[in-house]
Order: sequence, then structure tokens, then C-alpha cells
Amino acid sequence: MNDEQPASKKPAVIRVNGSWCKRCGICVAFCPKDVLEINEGNLEVARPDDCIACMLCELRCPDFAITVEKE
Amino acid sequence: MFNYLKFIRTRNFPHIWCPGCGDGIILKALIRAIDGLDISRDEAVMVSGIGCSSRTPGYVDINTLHTTHGRALPFATGVKHASPDLNVIVVTGDGDATAIGGNHYIHAARRNINLTVLLYNNYIYGMTGGQCSPTTPRGDRASTAPYGNIEPPFNTAGLAISAGASFVARADVYNVKRCEKMIRQALEKDGFSLVEILTPCPTAYGRRNRMANPVKLMEWLRDNTVPVQKWEKLSPEEREGKVRVGVLADTEKPEFTAEYRKLIERVQGE
Repeated sequence: MNDEQPASKKPAVIRVNGSWCKRCGICVAFCPKDVLEINEGNLEVARPDDCIACMLCELRCPDFAITVEKE
Repeated sequence: MFNYLKFIRTRNFPHIWCPGCGDGIILKALIRAIDGLDISRDEAVMVSGIGCSSRTPGYVDINTLHTTHGRALPFATGVKHASPDLNVIVVTGDGDATAIGGNHYIHAARRNINLTVLLYNNYIYGMTGGQCSPTTPRGDRASTAPYGNIEPPFNTAGLAISAGASFVARADVYNVKRCEKMIRQALEKDGFSLVEILTPCPTAYGRRNRMANPVKLMEWLRDNTVPVQKWEKLSPEEREGKVRVGVLADTEKPEFTAEYRKLIERVQGE
């Protein structure tokens, strides 16, 4: 709708602490926008531009391993 | 983004809980509730017994007390009695609170002492090898019930209500915002406040009950928990196999430490 908005503007930055993450997959399964993926045993923010900053991955992460920073 | 770092002992991380265990989700909800009520770290005490849930005090940077199996409530009663101004939070499991500590559980509720009790209910003894607990549902499998449990489970929250607790709620870790809200209400309540929190145990419970993947257990919570308002509209058949969540009891009753203070004033005045 808004053509003026720069393409790089994202609602949030998702950070993963790989040494605390246990790859349980809860964040991946319940992300409403399918942003996260587990690839070769690592949690990856595969589609960061799709993130809507709903915070559900951070809230449901049992390992204190995900933070979602709203910009 | 919530900054948990000021409330946790980072040197003990990553924590020992299994991948997909809900205990970490509860701890985070508790930290947010404590922070949201502006309770300082010095004003909060966490007391636990033995079990997976009872490892929680090792990770949280407030005053903590890790005690013996089933005895978190007596220790917490002592702390509260000595310093009624502290916010005393008990973290316990279904085995710790309703089996070995069952008597303490009903009597602390009856006494209506101002404790906030988080009862992590994962339907099993996780730490000791997946034995049946008093909350294991009928028909489910455990290491001590390889062909299915034939005993009916305790209604843990109902037990606290009938014993006299002034605030009783049930929450689950899938609906994590609601869980946080219940914990917050329990912290605010003046009296014995129980929040029973349904939490997945993929290792000891899930693996034996066709839900080894943590996501399956979270989906089970999503699909089988019913908020109290909706529960009222369901027929007995529709309630079958479902779990009611929300605030189940919220009443005003005399609180133990306040009554004790009154007693001292009365007797000393004589």
C-alpha cells in the first residue's frame, strides 16, 4: 500500500542464542508466519522479512534462547 | 523483547530441562509477572521441593530455597510466618505436591496462608524415570503402568478449593499470556493462591503416550484446554477428555499470618 516505505524496514529483529537453544521445535511449529526453520540441527531465522513481531516464539521458548526486538 | 537477564543466574544456563519441557516457559511467565508487579528481587522468595519443577530456584536470581521432597510448603510456611511482608512463591510438581507432600498441600490450603503456589502438572514423575503420579490420567502409560494406568487421577485444583484455598486457577503453557495473567493474579491475592499449570514432559510422559515430539504435547494443550466461560456451555459429553482452564475460585477469607498478628495483639493487650 505504502510505496514510500523502504524495503528493508522490518517490524522486528529475531535473535537466537544457539548455545541455549535445544532445538525442540516449538517456535518453528507455532510461528503464524512460518519465519523460523531448523536446518542441520540449527535454529535459523529463515524468513525474517515475514515476521510480524507477534512475540509468540519468544514467549513460548522454554530455553530463554529467542529474543524479538521490535524496531 | 523482555529482558530476563536481570532475574536469572546465567552461569547455570543452558538449564537441565529436556528439549520441549514446559518448565522454562513457566519460569519466564513468572519472571514477567514478578517484574510487572514491580516486586523487587529482595522482596521475593522462591521455595521448592524435589523434582524437575523444583530445579527452578537454581535458575532465578531472587532469594531461593531448595528443600526436601514434598516439603516445600512447610518451609515456605516458615518463611512467610517469620517475614509476612515477603512474597513467598512455591514451585512444585504434581508428584511433589499431591503425593509425598499431599498432606502439606491440603493443610496449607486449609490454613489459607498467603503463599503463591505454582504447581507444574506434567502428569508424571519426570526426573525419577516416568512413574505414575497422582495426576496421571486413567489409561495413560507410565513406567509403572506399562499397560495403562487404572487409577483415577486427583483433581488437583479441586482439592485445593475444597481444602479452603482462597484463589485457585488452572493454566497451561500453550496459552502462555493467560498463564502469566493467572500467576500475576495469584501473586496479588492475599491468601493461599494456587496456579496449576499444565506443562509438557516429552521425555517421560510424551514418549510413552505417542507424543514424543514436544510440538504434539503443545498441540494437545491447544486442542484440549477449555476456558471456564466456554466450559459452562458444554454438555457432559463435550467435556469428556477436556480440561477446564481459568480462574476456578477467588474468594475472600481470613489469611493466616494476619490472623496470627491479630492474635498476638489481642493476647498481649490482655
